[in-house]
Amino acid sequence: MQYREPGVLLWRGFTLQEFTNQLFGNKYDYGKGRQMPIHYGSNKLNYVTISSTIATQIPHAVGAAYSLKMDKKNACAVTYFGDGGTSEGDFHAAMNFAAVMEAPVIFICRNNGWAISTPTSEQFRSDGIAVRGPAYGMRSIRVDGNDALAIYSTVHAAREMAINERRPILIETLTYRVGHHSTSDDSTKYRPADEIEHWRKARDPVTRFRKWVKKNGWWNDEDESALRNDVRKKVLNAIQVAEKVEKPPLAELFTDVYDHPSSNLGEQERLLRETVKRHPKDYPIDVPV
Amino acid sequence: MTNLLWRFRGLALRGLCTSSAAAAVEESKKSKAAVNLFSAINQALHIALESDPRTYVFGEDVSFGGVFRCTTGLADRFGKHRVFNTPLCEQGLVGFGIGLAAMGNRAIVEIQFADYIYPAFDQIVNEAAKFRYRSGSQFNCGGLTIRAPYGAVGHGGHYHSQSPEAFFCHVPGLKVVIPRSPREAKGLLLACIRDPNPTVFFEPKWLYRLAVEEVPEHDYVLPLSQAEVIRQGTDITLIAWGAQLAVMEQACVEAEKDGISCELIDLKTLIPWDKETVEASVRKTGKLLVSHEAPITGGFGAEICASIAESCFLRLEAPVARVCGLDTPFPLVYEPFYMPTKNKILDTIKATVNY
Repeated sequence: MQYREPGVLLWRGFTLQEFTNQLFGNKYDYGKGRQMPIHYGSNKLNYVTISSTIATQIPHAVGAAYSLKMDKKNACAVTYFGDGGTSEGDFHAAMNFAAVMEAPVIFICRNNGWAISTPTSEQFRSDGIAVRGPAYGMRSIRVDGNDALAIYSTVHAAREMAINERRPILIETLTYRVGHHSTSDDSTKYRPADEIEHWRKARDPVTRFRKWVKKNGWWNDEDESALRNDVRKKVLNAIQVAEKVEKPPLAELFTDVYDHPSSNLGEQERLLRETVKRHPKDYPIDVPV
Repeated sequence: MTNLLWRFRGLALRGLCTSSAAAAVEESKKSKAAVNLFSAINQALHIALESDPRTYVFGEDVSFGGVFRCTTGLADRFGKHRVFNTPLCEQGLVGFGIGLAAMGNRAIVEIQFADYIYPAFDQIVNEAAKFRYRSGSQFNCGGLTIRAPYGAVGHGGHYHSQSPEAFFCHVPGLKVVIPRSPREAKGLLLACIRDPNPTVFFEPKWLYRLAVEEVPEHDYVLPLSQAEVIRQGTDITLIAWGAQLAVMEQACVEAEKDGISCELIDLKTLIPWDKETVEASVRKTGKLLVSHEAPITGGFGAEICASIAESCFLRLEAPVARVCGLDTPFPLVYEPFYMPTKNKILDTIKATVNY
């Protein structure tokens, strides 16, 4: 899984409280406060925990898909990555393995034009990502990534193909990253502000979808404002709850390295606890010792 | 071949297989045959595939039996969907193995030579090793076992001789295991395959054909993170793993002629390593020598020496000693100069004992 897909997790049923618990790294964070914010994971929702490394998850999806195929499951694996990620060796490795192993996996590339500050013109000279599929012996679909309905039908069709034919398929969604790469990034340093504004105002996928549902009479401004207020309240509440919850206990620093703590970890924990006792002011007060 | 004979002359790897008298009696009741190390690996893989239908063996050229013949017969017996060739791409095959293991399978990956493991380094270090920890144990890839032939072979040069174990010993979450003989190889490999943590299993390729000993035909595992004293002694503790134990054994025999009694320990699992067994031995002998083929600087011997210097300082009667590979790339024609040979070890044993 990749760090730009909280929408998938939300859709599968991850609650706002589960999101904020991870963001604050509190004791209810499934990752036990060990990773930076947005590194979600949910076993219950089949959403494998995110790592920060780029493209490393793509070959995992192929292995997982092969397992689904061997276990004769009516399911496929899906993995997400960006345009920058397609330059990594793991992307090429995974595409080739998936084609050769005939693994039922859907590769979804979110081509938003930017890998932090690097535009796609400095990332590759191919015609985007879709052309790479046939080169590896698999089918590709390129879709307007700002068209929610087109994405839905594309992924639906891809899933049918992947599962029924037990083969991989590549989807390239063409879009634009209107936000900054992260909270530490100021993207106006490397791209014009009016370009960002154009995409935000004229081509925003949410605005576009809203227009469509409104045109069909399924949505109006009151619904919109009610939903926004409701969600804002829920988000703020989830944040307030999450920030008050204490951090995971110190003991969790040493668990899960292995299935059982090794003897060196036991010794290190003992020494650390003695140090914490001697210098309690050196350590955060919200981590129970 | 000259090198090889020079290295193991008159050795027949005796003494490398030890067991208690009771265990020996028990063993003698069961079927066993003299086999070499690659055949012992092959037996372990057969048993692994036979005993768990969700076990897979794959890598470059494994279908026909592998370049070292370790996977002979597996594809015929268990089918090409469970034993298969992969594209020539180490990061791909380890990444694929992690995904397979994360779904609850046992994924046994063969890297053709340890020298070629580096393209998979990111997958091993950032992915396999952290999979459990970073998810708070929601996910793990404990079913992953990475096998790779390592070490000198007499004619391997830079890229068919390396001993990269120390890189992986610096990675919490991994287990690193190196067997010294066929019997050990079978039991330790089965232990790695069934251990619920990702393991890297380096096989001493020099011993694939050369090391022959009786190996029980049945399914058995040997404990991980448990070192073994394979030769009792009182004057100095010698630590090694894998093929280097055979050289150490020769040095022990020679030292004995000079009245020096060496205690030889096979570490077997490098991380997490059995510090207690090493400490107990050093407390008895007061001296320590560690030997490995990998370059001396930053090798795993450094970790053992530092740990023992910390914990046994007042018992040490001489500086801790290391006899290791040189800090050069592994050199073809200079291999006999590069290697931590019997006489280098013997000289260091004497210097340490007479310190």
